[in-house]
Amino acid sequence: MTGIEHYLSIFTKAVFIENIVLAYFLGLCSFLAISKKIDASVGIGLAVIVVLTITAPINWFLWKFLLDKGALVWISSDFQDTDLGFLKLIVFISVIAAMVQLVEMFMERFSQSLYNSLGIFLPLIAVNCSILGGSLFMVEREYTISETVVYGFGSGVGFFLAIVALASIRYRIRYSNIPPRLRGVGMAMLLTGLLSMAFMAFSGIDL
Amino acid sequence: MELFNSESKKIVSDPINVNNPISLQVLGICSALAVTIRLDQAIIMTLAVVFVLCSSNVILSLIRNYIPARVRIVIMLSVIASLVSVVDELLKAYLYDMSKQLSVFVGLIITNCIIMGRAEAFALKHGPSKAFLDGLGNSMGYGLIIIVVSFFRELFGAGTITLPDGGAGYVLWSIPESWYAAGYENIGLLVLSPGAFIILGLVIWIQREFAGVEEDA
Repeated sequence: MTGIEHYLSIFTKAVFIENIVLAYFLGLCSFLAISKKIDASVGIGLAVIVVLTITAPINWFLWKFLLDKGALVWISSDFQDTDLGFLKLIVFISVIAAMVQLVEMFMERFSQSLYNSLGIFLPLIAVNCSILGGSLFMVEREYTISETVVYGFGSGVGFFLAIVALASIRYRIRYSNIPPRLRGVGMAMLLTGLLSMAFMAFSGIDL
Repeated sequence: MELFNSESKKIVSDPINVNNPISLQVLGICSALAVTIRLDQAIIMTLAVVFVLCSSNVILSLIRNYIPARVRIVIMLSVIASLVSVVDELLKAYLYDMSKQLSVFVGLIITNCIIMGRAEAFALKHGPSKAFLDGLGNSMGYGLIIIVVSFFRELFGAGTITLPDGGAGYVLWSIPESWYAAGYENIGLLVLSPGAFIILGLVIWIQREFAGVEEDA
């Protein structure tokens, strides 16, 4: 199961077939709140790609060498049965919060223009479920390190595509005559349902 | 104690109707959709959220005067993450089948914005008893919506109504064979993800009609 096709298949799956927003409902809070504006959507989409691609592999290393059952054997064989798996939620969320902070500092130092466009979205991402969800799925599906990188990047691209698509549709219908109580979130949910239906068409593709 | 006066009643009942966390504050949608395939999953998820939100609100409200404002996010996250880990382990120990079905979504209660949102907006500014009531009201408002959504998704999507029990769920009622023989068919789309979005969109619309709230654009 190696070779470029395997990774391509994980990537396509993460972007289209198992889109993290439209099939697994992750990251919906920011997805609905920010998709009112297209440029802001592009910003948070890019920020999610960056943070997911970085945090998923880091959490993979922590899982394999610290938390998983028997992961501590590299220290001494006494730890053969030690299982720190119950700490994974706390560890993952701390890593994510710390990484978001680091990425923000790096951006501010090295790319002022990128910082100005993405800066305000980064703190929001720490509590975006898609980031933690990416790490948890990576554990559940037992990916290897290279698969994790591809999966993290693919999920980020999936989020980017979905949020930009929804923002464009919402921009397009802004003068439509929608029943007043359905305006805003209600309509956004229905649109997301239609988008999700469109993405389901990819599920027939077998790679 | 002012536990049962009209103000406390308002703290509990507001989030259930006119300030519902899902349909009006738009918080915590992520988990709301994923666990609504079956009624029993939604009920267990509601109980988990009631526990986490009430305890996190009380704990954070008790220590609110000792938390420096600059590091409050980290403190909130660690309190919430510990509580969620407790729930996760409890589910694994006593309701193993259910914890397998809910998979990562129990863990994702941490990033459920309702919990962070209520901690930030309410628990850090009020005393423990009010914070408890606020937690109770908001988690029940959340539960109300996901239970309604899952009821319709399961009934029309899979043709059953399942209540939680120790194992794989107790089927309370299912659509009789004679209906299928007469040509009735389940709407398979409702079990898939688009169905969840559409049902939740409609529920939000109806809920807003009741609450009488509008949003521009």
